[in-house]
Amino acid sequence: MNIHEYQAKELFDRFQVPSPKGKVASTAEEAAAAAKEFAGAKLVIKAQVHAGGRGKGHFKNGFQGGVHLIQSPDQAAEFAGKMLNETLVTVQTGEEGRLVRKVMIAEAVDITHEYYLAILMDRATCAPIIVASTAGGMSIEDVAHDTPEKIFRQVVHPVLGLQAYEIRKISAELSLSGDIAKQFGKLLSNLYKLFIQCDCSMLEINPLVTTPDGRVLALDAKFGFDDNALYRQPDIVAMRDKEEEDPREVAASEYDLNYIGLDGNIACLVNGAGLAMATMDIIKHYGGEPANFLDVGGGASKEQVTAAFKIILGDSNVKGILINIFGGIMDCNVIAEGVIAAAKETGLPIPLVVRLEGNNVEMGKATLAASELNIVAADTMADGAQKIVKAVG
Amino acid sequence: MAILIDENTKVLVQGITGAFGARHAQLSLDYGTKLVAGVTPGKGGQKFADVVPIFDTVSQAVNETGATASAIFVPPPFAADAILEAMDAGVELIVCITEGIPVMDMMRVKHALKGSKSRLVGPNCPGLVTPGPGEKSHGGCRIGIAPGYIHKRGNVGVVSRSGTLTYEAVFQLTQMGYGQSTCVGIGGDPINGTNHLDVLEMFNNDPETEAIIMIGEIGGNAEAEAARWAKDHCKKPIAGFIAGATAPPGRRMGHAGAIVGGEEDTAAAKKKILAECGIVVAETPSEMASALMKAWGK
Repeated sequence: MNIHEYQAKELFDRFQVPSPKGKVASTAEEAAAAAKEFAGAKLVIKAQVHAGGRGKGHFKNGFQGGVHLIQSPDQAAEFAGKMLNETLVTVQTGEEGRLVRKVMIAEAVDITHEYYLAILMDRATCAPIIVASTAGGMSIEDVAHDTPEKIFRQVVHPVLGLQAYEIRKISAELSLSGDIAKQFGKLLSNLYKLFIQCDCSMLEINPLVTTPDGRVLALDAKFGFDDNALYRQPDIVAMRDKEEEDPREVAASEYDLNYIGLDGNIACLVNGAGLAMATMDIIKHYGGEPANFLDVGGGASKEQVTAAFKIILGDSNVKGILINIFGGIMDCNVIAEGVIAAAKETGLPIPLVVRLEGNNVEMGKATLAASELNIVAADTMADGAQKIVKAVG
Repeated sequence: MAILIDENTKVLVQGITGAFGARHAQLSLDYGTKLVAGVTPGKGGQKFADVVPIFDTVSQAVNETGATASAIFVPPPFAADAILEAMDAGVELIVCITEGIPVMDMMRVKHALKGSKSRLVGPNCPGLVTPGPGEKSHGGCRIGIAPGYIHKRGNVGVVSRSGTLTYEAVFQLTQMGYGQSTCVGIGGDPINGTNHLDVLEMFNNDPETEAIIMIGEIGGNAEAEAARWAKDHCKKPIAGFIAGATAPPGRRMGHAGAIVGGEEDTAAAKKKILAECGIVVAETPSEMASALMKAWGK
């Protein structure tokens, strides 16, 4: 789950992590009012979409750039008018772009130095790890590759939490001193609280900056949340913006289906995440391109299969479907009946290959064969993958 | 012999009265597993399937029945507590089937397990099977949700992060006439109790296990670590498979732990490391058993 920049600012404010002044606006009037409130400061207006490259993007109405410096409340209103309810296209949105529903008016701060600061859940140590670097403002992957000595890591004890000496250590690694070090310590301590209390999987500030007027501020942030913990994070869930997500993935999540859209033309429907990944792999191995990852879970009820069919068929790139079910406990015949019902309901305009294995498989195969639908049966995963690749051509 | 469990292992089920737990507890009973107790707070004194006593706490269940292994089927918000309760009761093997436990909870549980005498397998796993000698491997020990009947008693150890891929490998083996010593599903979460390396070590020390299939996927470095260890220490032939070659980076592929974070945890990188360490890597998931035959010289 992703959140908007203005929502990240809300979280920072709630946990007292200092960031530049800012206010979100849904109308030109609100944008002007916000600019007025911050009068005296240098201000920017930023389109709020879940995509990078906003500054260099363009609106479909011809207006250039999703981030602008503004000189006055009037100009804030003017630019907001050109951004709101318009579609912004950036390198990350694809040609269809994203509709801008909100803009943020924010203080444009002068920068003395840029740093990198992140907290991640580390798999290797099973603990939170703090990553800090004096090389802020650039891709941390590049820093890790080119100048690994500039990256400092501190593992935090999973039960004791962040200790004062750890903060001092990181502060020293970043060569911070005096009041700046004090402010940094407070910021990091609060950031850690945010990380733990909101069940984050990742929290990255890049850059963290110091300013000529002696402040330490989180300038840009990226959040990752643990999906498993969302049940106890109603405030975070409320920040979800379904308009920003792939509509196919939103529909899938309503039926408890794990779906991820890809660019290929062979859709697959599988039970189990590992088998679903392996099915995508075997399609590719035999020369096809998978259109999606889709795990219907251990159950695969008729309703789920029907919903999955509709989502798959809603993707106009899809030219064929491979169903791969290992019905260990489930009755393969029940699955076969579910597939037939779903196929009948959706019309089945494209080739369908079904590979069933497991409990009561003979009966399941017989049911599919008797259906008089255009369903091709397969014996193994390899057989199924080869058949669907051939059918799609 | 087998590893971790055998036909004499006394098993209890935490969450035995929930629909999911009850269904699989019954299947384990049908398989011939020594299921000696169930635990559901508030339902102590009742019986499951007329034969298995239910207790309010794990401690009571262990004291009364001598159970040494537990299968956990409780919902995610309560699963961490269930694991800690089993640990507190001295359960030697805790198998957590539950999917969807918050990572922060598992982080604390993992820490609590250090220095305890309990081993955790999972969470988000299919559990373990040591096949029995009977028809369709009846009479074995089944803890979790795997289909017992596809197994066959034998000498191949299977370890995997994925449930259905494990079944696929077991099915291929059984069809080719090769049985299994023990099959261990270690689960698809980023923080788990037992990893590939732990299981490889146990298989290596188990006289009944002659060859090993190790199934992994994108995300993390557990498979690479296990492979590097095996190169120097494992006396037995290993075949491997890594799922997720076509997974886009940065996306969670169903399993919470199945996410490509960098260059090192892609399927291609892992396959390369496995091959360099002398493991025969199956090109497709259809060839897991045949890859093992190659490694094993059969």
